[in-house]
Amino acid sequence: MKDNLIRLENISMSYGEKQVLKSINLDVRDKEFITFLGPSGCGKTTTLRIIGGFEHQTSGNVYFDGQLINDVPPHKRQLNTVFQKYALFTHLNVYDNIAFGLRISKTPEHEIKERVQKMLSMVNLSGYEKRAVTSLSGGEQQRIAIARALVNHPRVLLLDEPLGALDLKLRKEMQTELKAIQQALGITFIFVTHDQEEALTMSDTVVVMKGGKIQQIGTPIGIYNEPVNAFVADFIGESNIIDGIMNEDYVCTFGGKTFDCTDCGFAKNEPVDVVIRPEDFRMVMPREEIICGIVENIVFKGVHYEMHVKSGEITYLVHSTIPEVVGTFVGLEVEPFDIHIMKKSQPEEN
Amino acid sequence: MKKFRIAALPFAVYAGIFIVAPIILIFMYSFQGAGGEFTLENFTRFFNFSDPTYLKVLWRSIYLAAISTVICLLLGYPMAYILSKLPNRIRGILSFLFVLPMWMNFLLRTYAWMTLLERTGIINTFLSNLGLPTWDIMYTQGAVILGNVYNFLPFMILPIYNVLIKIDKSVLEASADLGGNGSVTFRKVIFPLSIPGVISGISMTFMPAVTTFVISKLLGGGQNALIGDLIENQFKVTGDWGFGSAMSVILMVLILAAMQIMQRYEDENDGSGGVLL
Repeated sequence: MKDNLIRLENISMSYGEKQVLKSINLDVRDKEFITFLGPSGCGKTTTLRIIGGFEHQTSGNVYFDGQLINDVPPHKRQLNTVFQKYALFTHLNVYDNIAFGLRISKTPEHEIKERVQKMLSMVNLSGYEKRAVTSLSGGEQQRIAIARALVNHPRVLLLDEPLGALDLKLRKEMQTELKAIQQALGITFIFVTHDQEEALTMSDTVVVMKGGKIQQIGTPIGIYNEPVNAFVADFIGESNIIDGIMNEDYVCTFGGKTFDCTDCGFAKNEPVDVVIRPEDFRMVMPREEIICGIVENIVFKGVHYEMHVKSGEITYLVHSTIPEVVGTFVGLEVEPFDIHIMKKSQPEEN
Repeated sequence: MKKFRIAALPFAVYAGIFIVAPIILIFMYSFQGAGGEFTLENFTRFFNFSDPTYLKVLWRSIYLAAISTVICLLLGYPMAYILSKLPNRIRGILSFLFVLPMWMNFLLRTYAWMTLLERTGIINTFLSNLGLPTWDIMYTQGAVILGNVYNFLPFMILPIYNVLIKIDKSVLEASADLGGNGSVTFRKVIFPLSIPGVISGISMTFMPAVTTFVISKLLGGGQNALIGDLIENQFKVTGDWGFGSAMSVILMVLILAAMQIMQRYEDENDGSGGVLL
């Protein structure tokens, strides 16, 4: 790939006995918005910090624009970082915080002034130059941290869970704003989050990680619709994960019923995970060939109702815009292409 | 709230008897003549510019304390910095070692220096055994400075160290991220953020150094008397409580003024640090 900007090659990382990254391979394209997504402890922040140069991998190589940068210290890398807790300089005011990098690179003072003001207007904080950073709200500090990084015209911006400390409404606003900034500047953003919705909203590419390994790399639509394993399916949105058996190609059995599906290539009668999104069930009149069960409870969620339907030993999570009375006996219909068959995940090797 | 007020009572009583009352007494004595009448003579005697004996002593006290403080800062800052960079376990042991001498009696420590520095002391015996010239430092200003530095260095190191270890590591990473190498990060981030600790260290070493009388007496001999010795003499030798009190008041005012100036400087900077007064 010729528009590759960053390449991670067999990156492994251990702290003493504990291995936090296991042979990570990843290509980051120029000008894309890529998100590392995963639960805490999955290695996403460590991966970001290796790219930034703040941590050094135990083995493996990092390339930037075709150059090996394993031994390049952070202050010589062509990227800037927005830190989790902003890490603003409390002894400097807003202007001097943003000008920090430009002063180090000996930029003429009049150009600094121009660029700082442009950045402040981009993050909607014009007129804040003389304010003390400690007097700003969390959201404002966040914007200053973004401006301080972007004013240096980096080719890549690293963002380490930057929206984690903000309230929901502000977070949504910042998501839209960050995406707009990324597109306007046309640079690469590498974003770390544990929030799947945030990842789906902003990214061009999502890298789902767990236990120091990459589980899946794909577009938001790709990983949502075609999760490669039960973990990804469950982490990206809600899912029903049911034990099933793949009778033969395009036929599977779960919950005591046999269904057509669109997957093939499994061994005959191989035990599998069957993954069905709660919104892919349709509630219909009960009949013999489909799953039938009793509505156990119902919760209003705004756009839809969330119901649990108990059928034998299995309880299905169902999302529907039409409510059903608790205790009703209902049928659950599902289209063959909404039944996702996944190999049983191997027991964790650690 | 009421409960807290009751809990504060013992301290209020203590402060009244042992802090406020003595200060009032000292003020009263400082304006009294030998017969108990009101007079300004104690002060005019001190600020006598035609015979500046006492002013010279005051100047010497400030001068020696200032030099001691500067040396403490030059030694203490790098020590505090190195200490703050060490791994936790070693750091604990080393900071313990820095504090350890403070557990020993102050007088004892200073006497120990006498036996080291004396003409026939350990250092000079060692030097002359090696055939080297001896080092006649006892009863000089140098010895007073040495005593000050030795005794007050921990008070410089600890506040600076405390501020340094509280600096968030991510702030240093941010500086590196923005292109700052080690020395830029130190000059533009670490040092400015540690100023509250420096100011607090300066006040904690300068104040005891300017008021000390034990160190100057034991190591400085008679000819290097400081204001502290002078005050001690008024109470213990000449019995002129009025003059002794007046000098105490003058010293107090000077220290208060110095504290105010430093406090103001610190407020301008931030105020998030730990000044101990």
